[in-house]
Amino acid sequence: MRPLLTVFAKEVLDNFRDRRTLISALVMGPLFGPMLFAFVINLSIERSLSDADSTMELQVIGAENAPNLIRYLESRNIEIVDGPATRDAAIEGVKAGTLDVVVIIPETFGSQLADGIPARIEVIADRANTQVERDARRARSALRAYSQELSTIRLVARGVSPLVMRAIDIDDVDVSTPSGRAGILLGMMSYFLIFALLMGGMYLAIDTTAGERERGSLEPLLSLPVTRDQLMLGKIAATCLFMSLSLLLSLCSFYVALKFMPFAQLGMTPNFGPAVVVAAFFILAPFILVGASIMTLVASFTKSYKEAQTWLSIVLVAPTLPILIVSILTLRPQLGFMFIPSLSQHLLLVDMVKNEPVNMLYVAVSVTSTLAIGALLTWICARLYRREGLLG
Amino acid sequence: MITVSDIHKSFGKVRALRGISFNAPDGKITGLLGPNGAGKSTALRVLYTVLKPDQGAATIDGIDVVADGLAARQRIGTLPHGAGLYPHLSARENIAYFATLCGLDKGIIDDKVSSIISLLDIDDFADRRTKGFSHGERTKVALARALVHDPQNIILDEPSNGLDVMATRSLRDLILKLKDAGRCILFSSHVMQEVAALCDDIVIIAHGKVAIDDSIEGIRSRTGCDDLEDAFVRAIHWVEPE
Repeated sequence: MRPLLTVFAKEVLDNFRDRRTLISALVMGPLFGPMLFAFVINLSIERSLSDADSTMELQVIGAENAPNLIRYLESRNIEIVDGPATRDAAIEGVKAGTLDVVVIIPETFGSQLADGIPARIEVIADRANTQVERDARRARSALRAYSQELSTIRLVARGVSPLVMRAIDIDDVDVSTPSGRAGILLGMMSYFLIFALLMGGMYLAIDTTAGERERGSLEPLLSLPVTRDQLMLGKIAATCLFMSLSLLLSLCSFYVALKFMPFAQLGMTPNFGPAVVVAAFFILAPFILVGASIMTLVASFTKSYKEAQTWLSIVLVAPTLPILIVSILTLRPQLGFMFIPSLSQHLLLVDMVKNEPVNMLYVAVSVTSTLAIGALLTWICARLYRREGLLG
Repeated sequence: MITVSDIHKSFGKVRALRGISFNAPDGKITGLLGPNGAGKSTALRVLYTVLKPDQGAATIDGIDVVADGLAARQRIGTLPHGAGLYPHLSARENIAYFATLCGLDKGIIDDKVSSIISLLDIDDFADRRTKGFSHGERTKVALARALVHDPQNIILDEPSNGLDVMATRSLRDLILKLKDAGRCILFSSHVMQEVAALCDDIVIIAHGKVAIDDSIEGIRSRTGCDDLEDAFVRAIHWVEPE
């Protein structure tokens, strides 16, 4: 036991002095994720909120043909601007992207309206351009609302109740809670946490084999009266410590970052208080062993530090795959998923953030199976460390 | 005391050792001499148990290196070829790390480390981090690390490689001191003069076999060459390449 602790203590000291390890473990992973996350969420929130409130400019050809309509649009915060001279110029402009949306009101508009036949209006937009499509949608819905209003007035004028136009009344009952809605948005947080966790131990995992070999310190180390299992386990333990530090810091920085996000405006209240931060740490903690052992395992096959870095960047992405597949297929959590590391942690975390009751059986299965897989991978690492080819 | 009997070792198709036998007794300095690629490092690696022989046996103080590698390693101090240090640890911490792993008692580690530091004359840079050390400084620290637990058997793989005259001279003095203390010293080299200046016995190997194993006088008389370099060249031609 003493050699194991000696190796562990030396690795911790060594890596606390290594700026590269410290930056990736304590700065990059924990800060990069939450910051990017906060940035993306703030941006998307602001964009979706700005829609109805802000004034929008709309290019109109033939505004003089429909003064009432123009007044209606202006009342809906739409600023009317004179469009290009001809319809062809408008189409060209929209195609080229110099114009956003152009509405054309033909001269016949007034007479068609008076005759009671559907009056024609053209909305020229580029549906492939998502940036502009939002404005086009707003213009279309304003025009549709105006049409609705005219129809209602016509029916009333003929002594018919406007209700005949509404055969069915659809009422949407949304049972989601503010926390539940937040869960959709915060689902990707678990990946950032796993990413930060792996980043934290990456350089230690490389150092265990490729790093020691490249430095020439592996051979002296192996010629000491210590079993290779003890060396390997001490190193994996140090890797685990750095990974847990990374994870803990990430959770804390997420806790702080979420406080500064305008969730209330979206009608969301993420359930991410101190208690959830602690619970999330313990749910994710078993994954540390899997992360440490799989990184050490992959690094042990590589010939050099550089090669190890290349392969490990693939390992950084691998845990997203199950999360991605389940998210795309929108599968509900089920017992089978709890056997899969990274996926089970993700699903449990999402449940917690949504403030839904956490299934204790699921937690038990997730923790035991993840730890078992981690132990198996560690055992394989130890076997590989006994190889003669380790010296390269 | 180190004994090697009929060791074979192949790496794929390359037969690095083709039946090597020799003894390195206590209180003597044994030199393992051979041209590049003769199998010197492979033989030493088998002795400090990072390689397993395909055939044959080796013992350290009577302990079989294959059957009980851990106990065998307990009795040796090694300086592998191109030994590296931990750059973020000071020289002292590097040495203390190995001392602890060798199982020295906590109470005596500091004293042991300090005494080996003054023995090897590395006090000046003992508390600096080893990042940026010169080759000579690194070799000295690696040597201190190998000797800190007072091993009975000392295996050095080309220890004087890249050392300047002063460093080589102090290394030579150290090896002689260890010999006088009754230690068994086995070191490899490809420089005949260096081996001749130090060794009691010389084992010349070529193409994975022992060409000659004798004292300097014995080698002179058996090869019929007065000049040691000529003797070396003649001896390695006795071994048929594969």
